[in-house]
Amino acid sequence: MAQTLFEKLWQDHRVCDAGDGADLLAIDRLLLHERTGGVALKSLLENGYTVRDPSRVYAIMDHIVSFAEGRKRDDARSPGGEAFITETRAMARSTGIHLIDTDSPEQGIVHVTAPEKGIVLPGFSVLCPDSHTCSLGALGAMAWGIGSSEAEHVMATGVLRATKPQQMRVSVIGELQPGCSAKDIALYLIAKHGAAGGKRCAIEFCGPVVGALSIEGRLTLCNMAVEFAAYSAIIAPDQKVLDFVLPRIDGSIDLSAAQKHWANLATDSDANFDYEIEIDAREIAPQISWGTTPEESFSLTENIPANAASKALEYMGLTAGQSLADLTIDGAFIGSCTNGRLSDLRSAAEILRGRRVPKHVRAVCVPGSKAVRREAEALGIDAIFKDAGFEWGEPGCAMCFYAGGETFAPGARVVSSTNRNFEGRQGPGVRTHITSPAVVAACAVAGKICAPADLPVLEEAVV
Amino acid sequence: MPRPLKQHIGVAAVLMRDNVDTDQIIPSREMKTVSRSGLGQGLFAGWRYTDPEARTPNPDFVLNRDAQKAASILISGENFGCGSSREHAVWALQEFGFRVIIAKSFGEIFHGNCVRNGVLPITLGAGLVSKLSNLTAPAILTIDLEQQVITTGNPSDDPIEFEIGEFAKRLLVEGLDPIALTLTDRAKIENFFQHDRQRRPWVYSAA
Repeated sequence: MAQTLFEKLWQDHRVCDAGDGADLLAIDRLLLHERTGGVALKSLLENGYTVRDPSRVYAIMDHIVSFAEGRKRDDARSPGGEAFITETRAMARSTGIHLIDTDSPEQGIVHVTAPEKGIVLPGFSVLCPDSHTCSLGALGAMAWGIGSSEAEHVMATGVLRATKPQQMRVSVIGELQPGCSAKDIALYLIAKHGAAGGKRCAIEFCGPVVGALSIEGRLTLCNMAVEFAAYSAIIAPDQKVLDFVLPRIDGSIDLSAAQKHWANLATDSDANFDYEIEIDAREIAPQISWGTTPEESFSLTENIPANAASKALEYMGLTAGQSLADLTIDGAFIGSCTNGRLSDLRSAAEILRGRRVPKHVRAVCVPGSKAVRREAEALGIDAIFKDAGFEWGEPGCAMCFYAGGETFAPGARVVSSTNRNFEGRQGPGVRTHITSPAVVAACAVAGKICAPADLPVLEEAVV
Repeated sequence: MPRPLKQHIGVAAVLMRDNVDTDQIIPSREMKTVSRSGLGQGLFAGWRYTDPEARTPNPDFVLNRDAQKAASILISGENFGCGSSREHAVWALQEFGFRVIIAKSFGEIFHGNCVRNGVLPITLGAGLVSKLSNLTAPAILTIDLEQQVITTGNPSDDPIEFEIGEFAKRLLVEGLDPIALTLTDRAKIENFFQHDRQRRPWVYSAA
């Protein structure tokens, strides 16, 4: 029977029927982070279980590590956060799982580091107690976020009990317009079809625009699928994916069988999807959120709808019918598992070069991983950020979510390259507008909400 | 191990919003220890307190009203528990006293987290959710999981039937440990891995 790519991977990992329409699925890689990893490992042992195969489990420190330059190994960004770091480290060592510690040169946000280090390969089943695990579907893996108890279950048994989700295909046709990126596709999709639009579906992104995206762009697109309430997201691996993963695999491993396997990772031409959505990239302009869910997003030139939710408007300090243009901002953040990769930093740097952030704006850039940070520094991108007045942080989730400690002031208006504009996400009362790194950079130097195209042309072109 | 839940009688609190995310249910700043406990005070902290640090109650928030302070059933809108996968959201609801959440739909990960922790998530159509949320407060509901019906105590109200997966029902009714259940299939699991090692050796050698 004709199958979707996701269904093929499901079958590939299916151990047995688990009753009530569910299956037991073999899990190739489990990723943990210090926010929930320590508690999952601790609880596992307390319940009398052990880690079945520690070689498949990776703990990576990212959620509450300090992002201050020169941080020490146990420094957290929230009061009491050190315990999460030290506990996860201790538990990782005692159970023998892989540990990418705060001071490791490989450290970074789990969804940035895992692809970089070749931890995730096409066709793998990958889970992590973090909702943005769907990012990793960009490499043709079957990946989604789970709770801590499910992580314990996977460690103890090697399998997950799961019910196959419905299948949705999102085709992006046309051509991406200048100034638009994968983030704009995602926000446009969510705004158009609602934050629950992909409810419980495994979404396959496809079409010429998706094929033309870089691996980093694809990671961004799949990352945002959970904001669309998707179960998971996937993109069929093509030559671009193979070119990305092959240099990251230990050269001593025989990949002849793997290459054959990867060549078959595609949806059959006559496979059936439960839902199909097509969007035309020619209709997508640079997007920004105005409200408190990602579905409350629109293009920078639009006005807030007349029927906008009053709670969202009140929280955001906005009124129905209003445009966001020229609203003064207080903060700007570039980073996160959504948009903290090299191409994201590069797109922001192109705008920041030769410009400066006004004094009233606190601007922060936190590269998604140590590798991204090193590459950016080698290219002089750090200098562009710093010269523009940005803080340049140590890798981690950083200001994507508030975990206590220091942040923007209540009521501050912040443009952010992150994934969630929920109430209080970046701090109590903080008004977050999510958008692409390029728009964050433009707003940061303008000191107000604007598009890159609205910035005054620099007097002399700086090479 | 979760407490078994066969039947539950309790006070319902209504939080009629869509997309109540897990950041609202338990803000990250309220996750202070490497533990599943100590989270009840932080439940809905951003809405429940006018000053979360000083724990100054917001009199307008439903859980601060005398009639709903002891609520154990929560009624909400679409996509309840969306967002972050933090299981702390369920642990916080549970520590406050909630055992049943009724919503128009749920965030996928949150739904699974509920079932694994002895909290019953009930999905109902918009009309039924609206009917329950419009009952005169404090509404006392009886939820019979074995029979899969909700009754309001008012003889003129028809019992409301609800659907739940057999496995979720069994876990909740019997208070089972899902790991122990899965390990009853241990032989099949080991057999799979033995064959898989031949079939997909790179998955093993790259670990």
